[in-house]
Amino acid sequence: MSEPVLSVRDLRTTFPLGGEPVPVVDGVGFEVASGEVLALVGESGCGKSVTALSILRLVPRPGRVAAGHLRLCGRDVLSLPVREMRRVRGADAAMIFQEPMTSLNPVVSVGAQVVEAIRLHERVSASQARRRTIELFESVRIPDPAERVDSYPHQLSGGLKQRVMIAMALALRPRLLVADEPTTALDVTIQAQILELLRELQRELGTAILLITHDLGVVNELADRIAVMYAGRIVEEGTREEILARARHPYTQGLLRAVPSLGRRGERLAEIPGVVPSPIEWSRGCPFRTRCPRVLPACAETMPAPTRLSTTHASRCHAVAAEVST
Amino acid sequence: MLAYLIRRLAYGVLTVQGVLLLLFVLFFLYATPTEMARRAVGEKAPPEVLEQWIVNHGYDRPRVWNPANPSDTLLADHFRRMLSFDFGRSDADDSPIVERLRQGVVPSLSVTLPLFVGGLAIGIALSLFVAYFRETYIDRAGVVLCVLGMSVSILLYIIGGQFLLGKLLRWFPISGFDPQPALVSRFLAIPWIIGLLSGLGGEVRFYRTVFVEETSRDYVRTARAKGCGDGRIMWRHVLRNAMIPILTHVVVAIPFLFTGSLLLESFFGIPGLGSITVDAIHGNDFSTLRVMVYIGALLFVLAQIVTDVSYTLVDPRVRLE
Amino acid sequence: MVEPHVASNLVVAVLVAGALFVARAVRKSDLWRGSLRELARRRPLALGVVAIYVLVALLDSVAWTGGGAVGAQGDQLALHEPRSVVDRLFPGDFGERSYSVPLASAEFYGGAALRHPGRHWLGTDILGRDILHLTLKGARIALLIGGFTSLIVIPLALLFGVSAGYFGGRVDDAVFFLISVLASIPGLLLLIVLVMVMGRGAVQVCIALGVTSWVGFCRVARGETLKLRELDYVQAARALGVSELRIILRHVVPNLLHLVVITFVLLFSGLVLSEAILAWLGIGIDGSWGQMIDQARDELSRDPIIWWNLAAASAALFGLILAVNFVGDAVRDVLDPRTLREDR
Repeated sequence: MSEPVLSVRDLRTTFPLGGEPVPVVDGVGFEVASGEVLALVGESGCGKSVTALSILRLVPRPGRVAAGHLRLCGRDVLSLPVREMRRVRGADAAMIFQEPMTSLNPVVSVGAQVVEAIRLHERVSASQARRRTIELFESVRIPDPAERVDSYPHQLSGGLKQRVMIAMALALRPRLLVADEPTTALDVTIQAQILELLRELQRELGTAILLITHDLGVVNELADRIAVMYAGRIVEEGTREEILARARHPYTQGLLRAVPSLGRRGERLAEIPGVVPSPIEWSRGCPFRTRCPRVLPACAETMPAPTRLSTTHASRCHAVAAEVST
Repeated sequence: MLAYLIRRLAYGVLTVQGVLLLLFVLFFLYATPTEMARRAVGEKAPPEVLEQWIVNHGYDRPRVWNPANPSDTLLADHFRRMLSFDFGRSDADDSPIVERLRQGVVPSLSVTLPLFVGGLAIGIALSLFVAYFRETYIDRAGVVLCVLGMSVSILLYIIGGQFLLGKLLRWFPISGFDPQPALVSRFLAIPWIIGLLSGLGGEVRFYRTVFVEETSRDYVRTARAKGCGDGRIMWRHVLRNAMIPILTHVVVAIPFLFTGSLLLESFFGIPGLGSITVDAIHGNDFSTLRVMVYIGALLFVLAQIVTDVSYTLVDPRVRLE
Repeated sequence: MVEPHVASNLVVAVLVAGALFVARAVRKSDLWRGSLRELARRRPLALGVVAIYVLVALLDSVAWTGGGAVGAQGDQLALHEPRSVVDRLFPGDFGERSYSVPLASAEFYGGAALRHPGRHWLGTDILGRDILHLTLKGARIALLIGGFTSLIVIPLALLFGVSAGYFGGRVDDAVFFLISVLASIPGLLLLIVLVMVMGRGAVQVCIALGVTSWVGFCRVARGETLKLRELDYVQAARALGVSELRIILRHVVPNLLHLVVITFVLLFSGLVLSEAILAWLGIGIDGSWGQMIDQARDELSRDPIIWWNLAAASAALFGLILAVNFVGDAVRDVLDPRTLREDR
């Protein structure tokens, strides 16, 4: 078994709120093996985007990142000097974002932005970089790539812009692609195209993907493994099948139930009562207890430790732990 | 593009007409020629003297409507002369206004032009520095300094600067002006320094806000994710986008290059357009004041058009209309 | 005609009543009460300083005649001179003949004994007037400039801006043209011209200041109204047939109030500083700090230097502007809709 591309343990990212550092990511740990797709799933406000930013140390000031360890391609990310970190970004690991509209510099042509990504890491001439950019545009299926290279972002549709982002991210064949809600801002039909593109590229290049999303449909399309986040912590983790078919954590179960399906037409939409607590309200004990149908007294005392359900499936829940031990 | 330019020019011309109309209303309808005469000659002057003054200065015609000859009114005259740059004579000392303007342009520019360029360069450099360190103590201290600087009236900068640099330290002459290139900077040093310092607080604050806003945009995050260093981000990404609001701010200041700084010129004895204006105030010289306002507005409208056109050069989103 | 001091007293009464009314309204609204508390938390010192200035200004605005003061010759002073609360803090005939250094017992030039030795904390000016007294009275002028002018600017800008934004079309074109014309005249020049034409009284100066300052807020009000007009509940109200006026008053204007507050505070210091420049040019308001500074500038070239007049007026001006600027920044941060919307 080769070393995982990404290995995170006890990640803790804090922001100062009202003078105190408040953890937005509170003890998150997971691994992404070479070539696999791990989906990080959760509602808005659970800290999944901040987790993604923390991996590449892109968390904006005044946030601070700390971890037990954070290893990317075998190197300890948190101890790297800034110059080294810049070499890692884009080359070893790349990131694409949710809003293609605003994620590209509006006054520079899209081609120039991809060329910049290439020339930041490799010593190639401008014309060579430009040729590679055109090839990249082809591989992400941008029509008329040779002409599009000189277009400005505002001249492209959302889907095309996201393709440009993908091309830019994969230009240096990174071993890990962090994709933060890559399809959320796109039309449903475009979403499907982008997901298919990602799947193909992933297979071709063998890139591992850390996919951040709240959309279980997207997860179904792409993920090999799934980790479910709630209030800054991972509450359940497993293979795609284990989570989608045999989820044990009450939150995961609630999420899955809430997905409307054609088979259940005419029924009321199931929902999880209550709202996600804001980071200030997280405290000791399980953060889901205020909304959980299976809450126990122990839930207010301690954060549950992971309960092993199989070699790949774990859940952090007192109720599940109680079940397993009986 | 050409159509846009023509439309902009047309609207500019219309605006200038509006300014002229406003000037007419203020100077001839609100403050009547009799009023002007009284201010010029004296409150206690007998009516015949006032009448004479009015006739001498050509204000003895109907103001808006003349049934005998519709184009022989003060209104028509005003428009005709202003638009043809026939500015006539000063109400105070009868000198031709155009001559005085011509004499005043160079001194004014010699004060304001270096001030403008220097202020721009230093202002942007300082604010880039402060914005680079945003959310740290340097930034916070910088903002406080800016607010302090902005809260001091320019009058106090002038008094203090002249006192400190001229009287106390005796580095530069207190006032006066000599157009010879070798000597001119000696006389202008204090106005330059004071003009720079007094404006610095507000400028740096403004640019800093622009830079900080740009730096927190998504595309900067993307650039960082690609591996761009902070320096490169500031230079290649942020500055190019920040140019757009900065351009507006800067071009709007261009008319002041010509109208000169009233305060600096009058205080330091520099015979520029600003001094002329101040003299006009003290001398109740309405005709000169009219001309100064007109020129100021004209330059502003031109500057606006230049700004709009230059947007197309800087911002590709506007270019391809 | 009403005597000026009686009018002034009435105005103070109206202001105090208005302030109480506003305080009640703020107490009832969670949003405004929370904002006020946040503001007090961030800038207590600056707020305190502003409050002091306001207090002094109010005290100087309440005046009445009578209340015998004893003159230099021991006689009763003329009882028909209205004197404000601030005036009454000082003895009746407090003036000297000419300059004196702060806390001096003798005149500056000549050394003759003063009438009230050691009692002039900030010295006296060329006419022998107590500088502290003059400085305190300047507060009223400064707040008059800022407050009264804003009273002109804000309703005017709201009227034109909201109409332009809401009704669009010809109204918008007309307002836009008006704004373009006014905005293209360099501010200081327009200000000077207006004062020259209208005359030098306090009211005229305030009107002139108002005319040159309303354009900025008008643009902002117009922009915001354009956005507000498209909001769902406004569309709904129009679909229901609610009258336009009612929509404007009930839905548009209340949502502009935070901008009104921000604009008012930010405008204030600019207005006071502008008046100082006018005073320098000889066309300011009598008794303002700007005028004191203007009168004082020649005194610096004398030998020995006379500095206390300038120092007092400058310090008072700087203190107010600085405090207002700090409060203004905090107000903008607290009432910024982006900060209001953010929940992370």
